[in-house]
Amino acid sequence: MKYIQENIFNNPKMLPTRDGFGKALVKLGEINEKIIVLTTDVAGSVRANWFAEKFPKRFFDLGIAEQNMISVATGISLENKIPFATTFGVFITGRVWDQIRVLVSYSQTNVKLVATHTGVTVGEDGATHQILEDIALMRVLPNMTVIVPSDFNETKKAIFAAADFKGPIYIRLGRQKAPLITTDDAPFEIGKSQKLRDGNDVTIVACGVLVYEALLAAEKLNKLGISARVLNMHTIKPLDVDSLLEAAKTTGAIVTAEEHQIAGGLGSAVAEVLSQQNPVPIEMIGINDEFGISGTSDQLLTYYGLRSDNIVGSVKKVLKRKR
Amino acid sequence: MNNIEKKQINNLIEISKQLRIDVVNIIHGAKSGHIGGSLGLADIFTALYFHVLNHNSNDPNWADRDRFVVSNGHVAPIYYTALAHSGYFPVSELSSLRKLRSRLQGHPNSLELPGVEISTGSLGQGLGVACGMALIAQKDKEDHLVYCSIGDGETQEGSIWEAAMFAGHRELSNLIAFTDRNYIQIDGNTEEINKLEPLAEKWKAFNWNVLSANGNDMEEILNAFEKAKKENSKPTMIIFNTKLGFPVSFMDGVSKWHGTAPNDKEAKSAIKEIEEYYLKLNL
Repeated sequence: MKYIQENIFNNPKMLPTRDGFGKALVKLGEINEKIIVLTTDVAGSVRANWFAEKFPKRFFDLGIAEQNMISVATGISLENKIPFATTFGVFITGRVWDQIRVLVSYSQTNVKLVATHTGVTVGEDGATHQILEDIALMRVLPNMTVIVPSDFNETKKAIFAAADFKGPIYIRLGRQKAPLITTDDAPFEIGKSQKLRDGNDVTIVACGVLVYEALLAAEKLNKLGISARVLNMHTIKPLDVDSLLEAAKTTGAIVTAEEHQIAGGLGSAVAEVLSQQNPVPIEMIGINDEFGISGTSDQLLTYYGLRSDNIVGSVKKVLKRKR
Repeated sequence: MNNIEKKQINNLIEISKQLRIDVVNIIHGAKSGHIGGSLGLADIFTALYFHVLNHNSNDPNWADRDRFVVSNGHVAPIYYTALAHSGYFPVSELSSLRKLRSRLQGHPNSLELPGVEISTGSLGQGLGVACGMALIAQKDKEDHLVYCSIGDGETQEGSIWEAAMFAGHRELSNLIAFTDRNYIQIDGNTEEINKLEPLAEKWKAFNWNVLSANGNDMEEILNAFEKAKKENSKPTMIIFNTKLGFPVSFMDGVSKWHGTAPNDKEAKSAIKEIEEYYLKLNL
């Protein structure tokens, strides 16, 4: 079975992860009566409108009232339904963090939180709308599962898995079109990373949009005679510690890559494990303690150093530190 | 009263006395806890658990039960006392309030304690949870009702008004919320700190059916809930006028008694006042 799409480097198919979410919701709505969808005046933007058109009685637009959405979703979950609460990343994490902390995480309710419009790839809307802190905010909460799908197909699988999963879950999606990397056949299991490419010299651990850049980097490194493994760490919490330790042991050097603050994100999660269990050298690609700015998605990925060339640079650096 | 006899009312009043005495004792034993609201709400919680709510302590998750969300989670002492005396857990467990490894956490934890619908304590969150429950009952045409307790100070939280707007818009007539209107919050009088008045008009403006009653008078409380149950187009807010620490005179209107535990002497005189108050009722 092939896990990676063909021609991804020359001519990848481009699809937004939020579209995968919208499609998966419609499918879920057909097979599971318990699915309820809630949003806050952004139904079209988060692609919840596709579900709303088919299942109007199971869709609720709460207006611009995010705190209330989390409370209402909690009440719905207590009635043995499966609520998907969805809005932009900034509004479903920081804005409502205390509601999530008490009603969802502490109370372990079956609420599904889906963020679209995350990271600098939100683009022109600028810093207020480019959440770069959500992974940190969510993964610090006990009982919370945190997933960052890398593409459209993986998003669909993550949404199906979330509906079957009992308990709080946060899924981070994007606004912009992104390369389709994985095939329909590629397996998806919460908490189990995917080895998209094997290698012996270094491991690139990436999530979300940066998985594609990691694969590009591995291709470039190959031409330089460096064999890089690529792990798609779609689940930030619980982290796939086994695969991580195996990668550290076999390759002896790690580069992490994410569209998020380096502080508190995937890189931090990886470092928390390796520093205690097998301290190999690590370099981290991400946002370095600053806010975003307006620009196109493509411009901003380059501006913030989130490209394959930056990953290649970090690999060269980490290899110099490798014993 | 239409369908409730004097004898039944007197019986409820007797129960409220026991709940009040337990509240004083367990907060005194814990050396911390919110006594003022707990005593002030004793009559309402007695009415709910021993007459108004359709519930079954042997089956806390019974699908047809009325739901009751305590949004002002700091009144845990009266909540726990009412739950214990209704049979949700042994009365003897009440003395474990706020102690290490107790199920009776400082604020209610729904994972630990049977009868608690959802963990609360961070103000302003419970009303929205009650809205979610009422929404599903409305959608699925279920007959049970959803009740929600909020504090008057809690009403300063913006999230209360998000929920208020939602319930009014969705015409959640199966939702009956009530406010513990004692005018006291930690830092003083609500009207001096961030005024709530005109409170009834605010709820009316959010498309709620608004009632008011004396929250320390059993007959008025029961009448108000009966009236609220008959409403069929709007959510109901009952503004219950209560006294902080009722009927303990030295707590009345004194904001310190929002969240201070009585010392030995104060606990003793509080219980003495409670006993004298019930004696005077001449039941």
